[in-house]
Amino acid sequence: MSDFSLSVQPRRSLSLHSTKVRGIFYQVLLAGSLSALALGIGIQTVSNMRARGIPLSFGFWNESAGFDINQTLIPYDTLSTYGQAFWVGVVNTLFVSLLAILLATLLGFVVGIARLSQNWIVAKVATSYVEIIRNIPLLLQLLFWYNAVLKPLPAPKWSIEIPGGIYLNNRGLIFPEVQLHPGAGLVALSSAAAVICCIAFWFYARRVQRRTGRQLPVLSVSLAALIVFPLLMFLAAGEPVSFIRPQLHGFNFQGGHQLYPEFAALLIGLSVYTGSYIAEIVRGGIQAVPKGQTEAACALGLSPGKTLRLVVVPQALCIIIPPLTSQYLNLTKNSSLAVFIGYPDLVQIFAGTVLNQTGAAVQVMAITLAVYLAISIVTSLAMNAFNRHFAIVER
Amino acid sequence: MRSMLKGLIAVAMACTASAAWSATLDNVKKNGVLTCGTNSATAGFSLPDNEGKWTGFVVDYCRAVAAAVLGDAQKVKFIPLTPKDRFTALQSGEIDILAHNATWTSSRDMSLGILFAGTYFYDGQGFMVRKADKITSAKGLDGASICVTQGTTTELNLADYFRSQSIKYTTVGFADEEAVVKAYEEGRCDVLSADTSTLNASRLRMAKPDDSIVLPELISKEPLGPAVRQGDDQWFNVAKWTLYVMVAAEEFGVTSKNVDAMKSSDNPNIRRLLGVEGSIGKDIGLGDTWPVEVIKQVGNYGEVFDRNVGKDSPLKMERGLNALWNKGGIQYAPPIR
Repeated sequence: MSDFSLSVQPRRSLSLHSTKVRGIFYQVLLAGSLSALALGIGIQTVSNMRARGIPLSFGFWNESAGFDINQTLIPYDTLSTYGQAFWVGVVNTLFVSLLAILLATLLGFVVGIARLSQNWIVAKVATSYVEIIRNIPLLLQLLFWYNAVLKPLPAPKWSIEIPGGIYLNNRGLIFPEVQLHPGAGLVALSSAAAVICCIAFWFYARRVQRRTGRQLPVLSVSLAALIVFPLLMFLAAGEPVSFIRPQLHGFNFQGGHQLYPEFAALLIGLSVYTGSYIAEIVRGGIQAVPKGQTEAACALGLSPGKTLRLVVVPQALCIIIPPLTSQYLNLTKNSSLAVFIGYPDLVQIFAGTVLNQTGAAVQVMAITLAVYLAISIVTSLAMNAFNRHFAIVER
Repeated sequence: MRSMLKGLIAVAMACTASAAWSATLDNVKKNGVLTCGTNSATAGFSLPDNEGKWTGFVVDYCRAVAAAVLGDAQKVKFIPLTPKDRFTALQSGEIDILAHNATWTSSRDMSLGILFAGTYFYDGQGFMVRKADKITSAKGLDGASICVTQGTTTELNLADYFRSQSIKYTTVGFADEEAVVKAYEEGRCDVLSADTSTLNASRLRMAKPDDSIVLPELISKEPLGPAVRQGDDQWFNVAKWTLYVMVAAEEFGVTSKNVDAMKSSDNPNIRRLLGVEGSIGKDIGLGDTWPVEVIKQVGNYGEVFDRNVGKDSPLKMERGLNALWNKGGIQYAPPIR
């Protein structure tokens, strides 16, 4: 467009008739009025808040919170500050989101591939999972998992006992606590060494395969290293790890760790729900890979499994990743539905209890929005980087 | 999520409406309806009946304010609120007055931009446990899971009490009172903790009310009262004196049945209360007979108490602290003169 107008009117002028100047003028006008609007809203909000005696400052941040939270992954007690309560909320949100993203991705890939299976039953089961789960609102599913599946579990006294000192009841899943003794560091060190060895061996195997075409047994060697190294060190150091078994004492189990049903319901709900969307994305991605690729792989004599792993999935990945990113973002944002099943996430703790106790509605909401925005942006950036890595450079 | 919405509404309201708050009384008169924030579902305090008509103790307080301001106790729009959302709703102007089971505390008066206008119910926090657990005292609650409503003083008192007693416990919090009771009923918690009035009300609505008992200990003072926005003294007075008029009416024996006859009483206290003498209406910006409307349409404090939570109700709560000052309680109205 601009090329065209320049060729018709070669003389550069600063008048409003010049496309370029006009463009800049309107951009500045738009940006200016938007910032004026934002500024106006800000000033108006502050003056109204001041007029009505609503707290304006962030001074509450360092005040003692005075309430308890059941699931805290970072140190927190009644005497902690609202600021610490905020971080507990952020960590809880990230914790459940990351785990759910992991599970949803696994589930989605398995189901997505299963939908394309030649096996009639497998394909139909996968299809009905996707169709049923995708079409029921997430909130209902969360309430279902929480109220219909997890709450009816037996009371602590009649817990379902799982071998290994694990108990399942309506207070959650209680499992032994790992206690480390001197020497446990050596075990950890040897585990780390094993991991490093595995990675080195993997690189070496790749080089060998590239050079000679010979395939080394990477999987079995890695597994062996990962098990044998730490196990040897474990025995040598005199079994420096013990378990504290949970004991039923009074109302509940004492000792051991506890996974709360609120957390479990949210994790299962989010994973199952998002998994159904990811399954569709995976199926779409795989089907978008030209059939000729599969046929060519087949002609080369690759097995169906290898065809999928080495030819189809890598090409499908670059189609899958962008929509996958938006599912991850959705999942993280959907985790705020935690508030309905009592899981202490950011919204429940911070935009709930803290907002209510401090009355600082505008500040608390602004911070909460900023956190979700930040999580989303970071997720997007990470996934974009991942995408660049996988994108087909040239077709 | 709901609180997020409320927060956004608060922001939006703060942005759009400006100085319309100062004259809540004029606004209510102009709109012809009082918007009152109440509990979403607490038997005896605020509950819609089979026909969808709101009934209960705090509901009747709202009706009394409507009778005072608009002359008609039915001109109230009830907005059910969770404890978590209630103060934001008041701050933002979504409601004219908050008549909730909300505890009057210093920090709420000082830092939320609201003011409590008195105490309509003196309460205390207690514990409900299952009879089968054979617990007789709160000191036996070591290791218990306790269900509480979020954003209440309950949450804070619980932390204080168990810390001072060095008892370990875990909380399970929900924003919605009904979800809390449901979680207790279904065995997610061993203990339900709330104001005793709420505990008694919740028990009535349980499937097996006789399986639970309320422990005798009260761990806190919970003066429950109505709240209004700061900076509107006239409206604050309306909220405060509507309550006092009801208490004074009980003290002087004025009831919804005899209020008309009482107008010709010789007792100067009653004559001033009912606006026959003095200026109880003019100074506050209401008609001279507003207390008559309140008492006639809603009743005096004792009538409202008995009807909703006291001896004439399924809750059968004792007057206790809520008896008048001259009958062993602490309900007391300053002189009307």
